[in-house]
Amino acid sequence: MRYRSRGYTVFTVSNTIFLSLLSLICVLPLLHVLSLSFSSRAAATANIVNFWPIGFTTDAYVKTLGNEMFIQSLWVGVERTVIGTVLSMAVVTMAAYSLSKSVHKFPGRQIYIWIFVFTMLFSGGLIPSYILVSKLHLIDTIWSLVLPSAVSVWNMILMLNFFRTIPQELEEAAYIDGAGHLRVLWSVYLPVSMPSIATLSLFTMVFHWNSWFDGVIYMSNPDGYPLATYLHSMIVSDNLSRVGVTLASVENFSNRTVKAAQIFIGALPILIVYPFLQKYFVKGIVLGSVKS
Amino acid sequence: MALYWRKTWPFHLLLLPAIALVIVFQYVPLFGAVIAFQDFEPWLGIKGSPWVGLEHFRYLFTYPDGKQIIWNTLIISACKLIVNLIIPIFFALLLNEVRKMAFKRVVQTLVYLPHFLSWVILGGILIDILSTEGGIVNRVLNSFGIQSIFFLGDGEWFRFTVVLSDVWKEFGFSAIIFLATLVGINPALYEAAEIDGASRWQQIKSISVPLMLPIVIVVATLSLGRILDAGFDQILNLYNPLVYSHGDIIDTFVYREGLNNGQFSFGTAIGLFKSAIGFILIVISYRMAFKLANYRIF
Repeated sequence: MRYRSRGYTVFTVSNTIFLSLLSLICVLPLLHVLSLSFSSRAAATANIVNFWPIGFTTDAYVKTLGNEMFIQSLWVGVERTVIGTVLSMAVVTMAAYSLSKSVHKFPGRQIYIWIFVFTMLFSGGLIPSYILVSKLHLIDTIWSLVLPSAVSVWNMILMLNFFRTIPQELEEAAYIDGAGHLRVLWSVYLPVSMPSIATLSLFTMVFHWNSWFDGVIYMSNPDGYPLATYLHSMIVSDNLSRVGVTLASVENFSNRTVKAAQIFIGALPILIVYPFLQKYFVKGIVLGSVKS
Repeated sequence: MALYWRKTWPFHLLLLPAIALVIVFQYVPLFGAVIAFQDFEPWLGIKGSPWVGLEHFRYLFTYPDGKQIIWNTLIISACKLIVNLIIPIFFALLLNEVRKMAFKRVVQTLVYLPHFLSWVILGGILIDILSTEGGIVNRVLNSFGIQSIFFLGDGEWFRFTVVLSDVWKEFGFSAIIFLATLVGINPALYEAAEIDGASRWQQIKSISVPLMLPIVIVVATLSLGRILDAGFDQILNLYNPLVYSHGDIIDTFVYREGLNNGQFSFGTAIGLFKSAIGFILIVISYRMAFKLANYRIF
């Protein structure tokens, strides 16, 4: 009945229009930058580009990919993402296996849990972390970008919750066959949790690709900047020049279409993995919000 | 004891890398934070630097900009908290009314996207589209006869932009938890209301909203625990000297004064102050969420 009433139809139509507009607002800015990046320089300076390239050209991309600094930082970005993800997943998976055991099987589990959870609540802050990393002589090395963030307690909790759903019979069968814990983790847990591991890896990759601040503080030389940090330094000087403060480095970035191309290349890997992410993250959030 | 180790050593071994990393990179800096009570100089080290007690903490409150920074943090954060609660609830209720699954999925795909892009990317995009020299937003405003707005260069507008762009990035993603709750409501409730002659609005008002209330309380109290985080990543990518007076928050101030200007002890003191207050707030908010809505993470 309610689907046929007049008021309901009016509501449905206006609701559809409103939600469509809202969705458009979320992607139009990105579309605008994409159009800019494929437009001619003249069209961009004349401010006539909206959501479709005007004077289509790939010049901006040719220029961007010919920029040594850009390529160098792209490479560092890929490097930190790969090393960071592999390292983080290995450490987190091993820890989650132990913590997924009941207190009965693993007395002492509770102490470890608290050591990890406390780090989510309290931190020494930016400056002591910086001093530590410099004391360890990690400044200007890739390790300064991957080690401090390697243990993600949040991922660990998601992982251990997943491990707990694995049927006991599976591992008991393995124990009877004489397998130890390491063997069980490797041959029983890992194969059955591949979907979860893939999902968490994807999220860790996104985290690393997007991280830029550690690059700013731990890299004294722009040669070591990952792509996100390089882009940050570009947009900061861009912002400053727009409000009338000019830096020496501004010249490198003065071309608007090239800037747009660089921003778009920075967003591209996220856009590529996004469909896969979307499939899983709803599950992850729900999983994380129900108590174990 | 020997038996304990014989039975559990593989567990400890598997935890070793994670524990070692956490101790080095989380707990050591925690102890390193004692420099907040010193006049730390890098070449003297923690052992050699003179102790000054609470001087840096006192300085924070007498410092001319100290109050302003705390105020900026609170005002930006409070606005974000409120808007980031209302819009997602509103959006979830509207999306839940959509009957066409395909349309629903398209909307979800589009609105979740900005959440995954970093503030570097979004900052770059915002600086371009909000520019006063032909940015597309001001071009649209001009076509309606409105003067160009200096979104990122005028203090009041800067705060507005920060709050609005944060909502733009996160509203879809924040709505997931509310949507999940709405989807979980037993359809029999709506059917019964329907038979009793309740209109759509009455159903939303008397069924959807009350059943969503517990999760709304949880989300609200948990975000209250993070009220001192006003968005470091976002502001550092958007701000500039023109808007320091309105846009400088505790975290950006620590970074600029503490790290860039080398006032290690002062910066650490502010960071520690923030961390301590944040810790208390988080503990209180979790207790409240548990009391009010029986929420637990572990």
